[in-house]
Amino acid sequence: MAQKKFVVGCFDNENVLFPAVKQVRTAGYKIKDVYTPFAVHGLDHALGMRETSLHTAGFIYGITGTTTAVSAISWIFTKDWPLNIGGKPHFALPAWVPIIFELTVLFAAVGMVLTFCYLCQLAPGVKKHHFHKRATDDLFVMVIECTDKTNTDDLKALLSANGAIETDVQVAEEGWWFGTYDKEDNLYNEKQLA
Amino acid sequence: MASIKEQFEIPGTLKTWSYALIGIGAAALLYGMFTKGFGSDEHEQVHFWGTLMYNSIFWTLVTNAAMFFLCFSTMAMAAWMQSFRRIAEAISTLVPIFGGITLLVLLYVVLSHNHHIYHWLDAEAVAKDPILKGKAGFLNPTFFIIWTTLTITLWSYFGYRMRQISLEADIAPMDADTAHKYNVRSMVRSGFFLVWFGLTVASTIPWLWLMSIDAHWYSTMYSWYTFASSFVAGMALIALWLIYMKNKGYMELSTSDHLHDVGKFMFAFSIFWTYLWFSQYMLIWYANIPEETIYFKNRVQGSYKPIFFLNLFINFLCPLLILMKRSAKRNFTLVAFMAVLILFGHWIDFYQMVMGSLMKEHVTLGWLDFGILAFFVGVMILMVARSLASKPLIAKYHPFLKESILHQV
Repeated sequence: MAQKKFVVGCFDNENVLFPAVKQVRTAGYKIKDVYTPFAVHGLDHALGMRETSLHTAGFIYGITGTTTAVSAISWIFTKDWPLNIGGKPHFALPAWVPIIFELTVLFAAVGMVLTFCYLCQLAPGVKKHHFHKRATDDLFVMVIECTDKTNTDDLKALLSANGAIETDVQVAEEGWWFGTYDKEDNLYNEKQLA
Repeated sequence: MASIKEQFEIPGTLKTWSYALIGIGAAALLYGMFTKGFGSDEHEQVHFWGTLMYNSIFWTLVTNAAMFFLCFSTMAMAAWMQSFRRIAEAISTLVPIFGGITLLVLLYVVLSHNHHIYHWLDAEAVAKDPILKGKAGFLNPTFFIIWTTLTITLWSYFGYRMRQISLEADIAPMDADTAHKYNVRSMVRSGFFLVWFGLTVASTIPWLWLMSIDAHWYSTMYSWYTFASSFVAGMALIALWLIYMKNKGYMELSTSDHLHDVGKFMFAFSIFWTYLWFSQYMLIWYANIPEETIYFKNRVQGSYKPIFFLNLFINFLCPLLILMKRSAKRNFTLVAFMAVLILFGHWIDFYQMVMGSLMKEHVTLGWLDFGILAFFVGVMILMVARSLASKPLIAKYHPFLKESILHQV
């Protein structure tokens, strides 16, 4: 478990968030991620993330499915167990197309779901550090990775100057782990809401 | 909005090209008409009128698809296409012109009782034929003429009404209440067009105009197949004009995000077309009943085999593999290339649908086909450009315009 230091800034408005992201990036800090309650259009571009390769993976899974279907059916119907079906030729491509199509879709769909889970590090029992409880509710939470040289006070001041309503420094697990959280706390206790 | 070019000025090269195409096309058309169409050889007559028929039907349906696009987008309250809606409107202004040509051609074919094109026009043959007798309530000259005239008139009229209401968005800014009423009225008008479109393009019109060439044969997929073919070609035409206007420095509000969605339509409906192509082919292949397989006999095994598979290659494999990538749909050059390819592919598709039944023995693709195609393309270019120049390019007070400007894929 690799512990790391993060500076967290919370924003309550996406119109404030975008310029803030730009400012923090031009100041040279490395943003780990921005956790938002809903998908924000264009935020991935603002963060400078590269395009996902999930489509390419999907295409490869798809043609794998096509190849599997074509080779399996053609082997079964022409070599392994040839049957006379209504006098059709053994190599009856049009009749196979629906199955080829279905296997293509099946391989692509299942493969992409699994790849997505792998890329996002999602699996049953996997735990990750929550930087802010309200990230799933109404706050946009920007998490910035610190190096040895990062002056956290300067960074917090920069975030506040760019409209962050709340800033703090957290030392937390960077990746994921199996098991439990150190302490389970209520998301909506009165103190936090007030 | 100050920097937006609202007025399209037709470039000289566009005029030159369209006049040249119309000139070449008209020469081919007239030469073909007097040597073949009004000639004494029945085979040549069928060749000429069949060629003219599939060209005019193709271009009528393709230009009508632009109005269909506008209407279903309006019905779905889609905003993204508002920034280039005037292009679709301009393309749809061709429906009365090409529809008129189609009407004249079909009237000539029916009134001259050309039973080599429409076998059901031969009254003696119908009287002896139980299948054609059973269809006589639908396949008879009176119904054909009335329904065709009505169809083309109402397409033109409902399309005209849609274009008129679009012009109201040029006058003045709307407050919330006016905008709401405006949207409701637009949706009602698009509803009329959509219902009529469903009754014609998606069902009766392909049966009457195209499927009845093989009077004994029928396919329940046929109308959808024709619709898919013309719609995907219509989207390609919109894409082509959008790219042309962008190249000339107009349509500033439409970006690669808008092109991306037009590209998605081209991609998705190419696949949809293939789905219908396959559904029609596979069932007939599987059942293997002679009355049904007759349609595919000369297409799959006879002289039309190369055209038949070229059709599948251009209209399925190329869009599937080339337009699949996101970056391809956002690339103006690639989309322009694909749009031309798709338009050509579906023109070939209409060619084999009509001529594959009329000229079973040999492929007739030649100077007459390309000449008449040049005529239609020339008229299309000239009239769309004129229509674009006659109105502002942006419906600038349309309630959805802002959403369209912000459109992001």
